[in-house]
Amino acid sequence: MLLLRLYYEFFKAGLFAIGGGLATLPFLQEISQKTGWFTTHDLTDLIAISESTPGAIGVNAATYAGFHASGVIGGIVATLGLVTPSIIVIILISKVLQKFKSSAIVQNAFYGLRPASTGLIAAAGFSVVLATLLTVTDLPTDPLGAFNWFGIVLAVLIYLAIKKWNRHPVVYIGASALVGIVAGYLGILG
Amino acid sequence: MLKKLTDMFLTFARIGGLTFGGGYAMLPMLQREVVENRHWATEEELTDYYAIGQCTPGIIAVNTATFIGYKEAGILGGIMATLGVVFPSLVIISIIAAFLTNFADLALVQYAFSGIRVCVCVLIFNAVQKLWKKSVIDSPTTVIFLAVFLVSAILTVAQSFYPNLTSISPIVYVVIAGVAGVVLHGGSGKKEVA
Repeated sequence: MLLLRLYYEFFKAGLFAIGGGLATLPFLQEISQKTGWFTTHDLTDLIAISESTPGAIGVNAATYAGFHASGVIGGIVATLGLVTPSIIVIILISKVLQKFKSSAIVQNAFYGLRPASTGLIAAAGFSVVLATLLTVTDLPTDPLGAFNWFGIVLAVLIYLAIKKWNRHPVVYIGASALVGIVAGYLGILG
Repeated sequence: MLKKLTDMFLTFARIGGLTFGGGYAMLPMLQREVVENRHWATEEELTDYYAIGQCTPGIIAVNTATFIGYKEAGILGGIMATLGVVFPSLVIISIIAAFLTNFADLALVQYAFSGIRVCVCVLIFNAVQKLWKKSVIDSPTTVIFLAVFLVSAILTVAQSFYPNLTSISPIVYVVIAGVAGVVLHGGSGKKEVA
């Protein structure tokens, strides 16, 4: 019964949370208040853990919350609930798209949609860059201290390495993790 | 078919397991694994899936996985790709929730992520460059790109000073851009290869 309820609550989150990862957060808060499966403190832990582990943030959050409610099975059921609406909606959209793929209107819509999609991804990337390399609110009071100099130097080095050797992204992620660990223990992180 | 479905599951499990930082950070992995190595989708299709994935319910990463899986191997393909992309999360998060509740507070993890976060920035920048080459192809598309990027980026910066400022849903950008595409490109009679 608990598992059915778990599936249903996360199905709702998957159906109504539009715009990815952190969009699921308000739904998790609501589930927490309504059911008591996990506490607000668990939610804070959940955000920190979701962001420091691989995988989609929303999926990580659902697994963590489901685990707190009902162990390993709870995590699986919550995640399956979260992704079920996506699978159904996307397959329906794919079917419609395939049918109208050759229509001029659909093709022209995609002609306008693609640069917008790239623009949205670029803006999201830009906000990640800001959050990582700069403390914007410190800029007016402490212009030099607002920058993460360690991060800026590392970013330039990674960019040059990508341009020189076009390896799998995980190579650069692994190397950056190592640099971060060494810098952390040497005490030179920004 | 079974071989294809297994390959689908394993490829997306690898993508899910190697993505740090959620939906957008998955883009460089998808470009490498799905576009360059497997040829299951083109850069253009990936851009389309991201646009639609941001306007439809659910996690962007899951939506994109379903799109690619369905296109390559039907409904089962969509399901296998999605199960693949969530599988590493299930394993890793269950282990952490059971044994390592202080995982995110460990010095080692925090140091590693101060490096990983920088890397993710550069990877996303590099991924956007690739998408840019395929989607910003003439002056109308340049205008659409700049308008969406500037409005969205300026709002983000403004929000760090005024937290109560509301943001604009991606749906608004995508719908307006789609209509703009029809209006700006419809008259010319040209056809884009989807």
